Amino acid sequence: MKLLIANGYIIDPSQEINTGGKHLLLENGRVSGMLDRGEEAPRDCEVLDATGLIVAPGFIDLHTHLREPGAEYKETIATGSAAAVAGGWTTVCAMPNTDPVNDSAAVTRFIIEQAQRAQLANVFPVGALTKGSEGIELAEMGEMQNAGIVAVSDDGKPVPNAGTMRRAMEYAHGFGLTVVDHCQDPSLSKGGVMHEGRWSLTLGLKGMPAAAEDVQVIRDCVLSKLTRAAVHIAHISTTGSIEAVRRAKEAGLSVTCEVAPHHWTLTDEALVDYDTNLKMSPPLRSRNHVEALLEGLRDGTIDAIATDHAPHHLDEKTLEFDRAPFGITGLETAIGLAFELVHQGVIDLERLVALCSTNPARVFGLEDRGTLKKDAHADITILDANYQWKFDGASSKSKSRNTPFDGREMMGAAIATIVGGKLVYLNPDFSRLTESKRREASA
Amino acid sequence: MTTTFARKHLLGIRELDADEITHLLDTAETFRDISQREIKKVPALRGRTVINLFFESSTRTRTSFEIAAKRLSADAVNISVSTSSVSKGETLLDTARNLEAMSPDCIVVRHSMAGAPQQLAKMGNSPIVNAGDGSHEHPTQALLDALTIREHKGNIQNLKVAIIGDVLHSRVARSNVHLLTKLGASVSVAGPGTLVPAEFAELVDHGLSVEKGIEDAIAGADVVMILRVQRERQDAAFFPSMREYAVHYGLQSKHLKLAAEDAIVMHPGPMNRGVEISSEVADGSRSLILDQVTNGVAVRMAVLYLLAGGGRTELEERSH
Repeated sequence: MKLLIANGYIIDPSQEINTGGKHLLLENGRVSGMLDRGEEAPRDCEVLDATGLIVAPGFIDLHTHLREPGAEYKETIATGSAAAVAGGWTTVCAMPNTDPVNDSAAVTRFIIEQAQRAQLANVFPVGALTKGSEGIELAEMGEMQNAGIVAVSDDGKPVPNAGTMRRAMEYAHGFGLTVVDHCQDPSLSKGGVMHEGRWSLTLGLKGMPAAAEDVQVIRDCVLSKLTRAAVHIAHISTTGSIEAVRRAKEAGLSVTCEVAPHHWTLTDEALVDYDTNLKMSPPLRSRNHVEALLEGLRDGTIDAIATDHAPHHLDEKTLEFDRAPFGITGLETAIGLAFELVHQGVIDLERLVALCSTNPARVFGLEDRGTLKKDAHADITILDANYQWKFDGASSKSKSRNTPFDGREMMGAAIATIVGGKLVYLNPDFSRLTESKRREASA
Repeated sequence: MTTTFARKHLLGIRELDADEITHLLDTAETFRDISQREIKKVPALRGRTVINLFFESSTRTRTSFEIAAKRLSADAVNISVSTSSVSKGETLLDTARNLEAMSPDCIVVRHSMAGAPQQLAKMGNSPIVNAGDGSHEHPTQALLDALTIREHKGNIQNLKVAIIGDVLHSRVARSNVHLLTKLGASVSVAGPGTLVPAEFAELVDHGLSVEKGIEDAIAGADVVMILRVQRERQDAAFFPSMREYAVHYGLQSKHLKLAAEDAIVMHPGPMNRGVEISSEVADGSRSLILDQVTNGVAVRMAVLYLLAGGGRTELEERSH
C-alpha cells in the first residue's frame, strides 16, 4: 500500500527539513522517502493533495487519560483514540491511573489489545511507578516494559517520599524508562482546589501554592542528578519549576518537561464563576506563571506540548466546585491552542512541530517516531495554519464534554491524521483532498 | 428612593457598587420599625414563596431569614440538606431542578462550600440569596453590620475599622471588607499569621491593610469586629492552643483603650467567650452584638422584598 502526500510544505525538525519542494511517499506502514516536485510518482499509489498544508511527523501526546479499564463511562480506549486522531495526535501515551492501576503486564497488555481493536491511534501505555500508585513498593517495571510500556509514572498521586522516589528512579533507569512525575507536594497542596493567590482568597476556595509544585520539581532534579535517571516533569505550571528545569538542563541533567495548553491559555481569574470545567491539577495559575511558561516555550526549556486529556462525566462536573473532580478534556483543542502561540509569535511552526512530535518521541525514547526519516513509522499529521474553525464540545469524539473551550474560535488545526500509513482522520471540510486526486491517480 | 433592585440575585458584596449597597441599607432602614410594632407583619410578599435551603446547619441565620419572610407575609419553607446525603447521589443540579419545579419566588442558600449559590444561580431561574457559602461571602451579614454601624456612627465613610481573627476562613470578613471599602472606610485586619495571609491585602484595590499584631489594627479604630474561631473549617492546626489564641488574639478591655473613645465592638456570633472575645467586652457597653441580630431581620426583609418581587408588586399596583 502506497500513499503519496503531494505538494505539501514538509517540516521535520529531526532532519532540519523545512521545504515546499518535495512530496512524501509512504509505503507498507513506513516512510519510504521524499520525491522532488518534478519526479514522477510511482504507479498504483493513492495521492493526498496537501497543497497549502503542512506535513509533519505524527504528533505524540505524552499525557493522556483514556480511563479504560475502570471508568468506561468517562472514556474508552476507542473513543479516546478517536478524539486523539481528530485532534491530530497519531500516538497517545496512556496514563496508568485506571482501575485497576496499570501496574502489571496484564493491564498493559489489555490496554494494547483494546487499542489494536480500535485501529485508530497508537496507544502506548505508561506503567505505574509503584504498586497501585501508592508510593510504597516498586511496580514490576521490567515485566510491563516487556508488555509494552514506554515510561513510568504515578501520575495524579505524586510520590511524597523522596527515598521511594530515589529507588524508583534508580530502578527505572536500569530499564531505560523515563520517570514521569506529577509534581505536587501533598503536604502543601492538600485540600486545595485552585491556585493559591489573590483569586483563591477572593473566591474563598482553598488554594494550592505554586511552592507545592516547585519543591517537588526541585527535589526531582536533585534526585535525577543522584540517580542519573531520565526525569520528565508532567504538565509544568509554575515560574519556580520552569527555573528549576532550566538550571537542570544547563547542568546537563536528564530532565525534560511538558506543558498543557490550558496552562498557558488561561489564568486563575477565569474561576470567578466557579466553573468546574476550569478545575484541574495542577491548577490554572496567575499571569506571572503564564509568562514564565511562554518564555519556557520560546527558549526551549519546555520540551513538549501534552494535553493532559482528563475526561469526566457531566454528572461529576455538576457538583459543588470543591467536590468536582480535577481535569478537562484536551485532545481535540490542543493543536488549535498551540497555533495561537504561532499566530502570537511566541513560537514558529518548526518549533510547534518539535514540541508535538520530535521532542516527545525523544523524551520517551520512541524509536522511528517523531521523524520523517526513511523507514520511520508512517505516522503523519497534516496541518492547516490558516483554517478557521470553532470548537464544538457537543460534537467532540470524546465521551466527555468537560472543556472550558467549548465555542472557542480557533485558527489552525490538524486536518488529516495518518497512522501506520493509513488515513485515520480527515476533517470533513477537506474531503476533496482525497477524492479528486484518487481519480487523477487512477486515470 | 427607587423601589427596584436591578439584580436578580444577591450572591456577594464584591460585585455590588456603593449605590446598590446604600439602596439595600436604606430599604432595610424602612423595614426596621416593622419589627418594633405590636403587629409585626406587612403584606408585601403575600402569596410568594421563599425557600430556605440550608446545606450547612445554622440556627440564627436560618431563623432570621424565616422571621424576615414571615413578617413580609411570604410563605417560608425550610429545607435542610445534609451534605452527607448529597454525597450519596444527588448533584447540585438535581437539587436545583427539584426546587425549580416548586416555583419558588426566592431561594436562600447556605452551603459549606464556596460558590454553591453562584452555581445554583446559573442552573436555575429563581432569585438566589447567598446566606453564606464556605469561606467566600456572607452578604447579608455584611449588610446588617453596616446597618448597625450606620445607626451608631451615622456614616461609614472615613471610618477606621479593625477586623480581628480568622480572616482566612471567614466569609464574614470578606463581605465586610468589600462593603466597608466600597463605602469609603479603611479596614485593617490582624490575627495569627496562619490565618491572615499577607496576600489578603490584595482582596481589594484600596482601603485594606494587613497588620501583624492586633494592637496595630485596633489603634484608633472606630469599629472593632471580632471573628469567630471556626474550628470546623480548619483542616489542620493553625495555632497551638485556644489558650494561646485567647492570650494573643482575643479581644480584651485593655485593647479597647487603644481604639477611638467611642469605638464600638461587633461579633457575627456565635461567640466563643473567653477565646476570641472576653465576656467583659462582649457584655460591655460598647458591644452591639444584639443590635446586630435585630438589624439582621431588617436587612433580610429588605433583601427578600427586593428580590422576591415585593418591589415589583408595588410598582404594578401603582400603575393600575
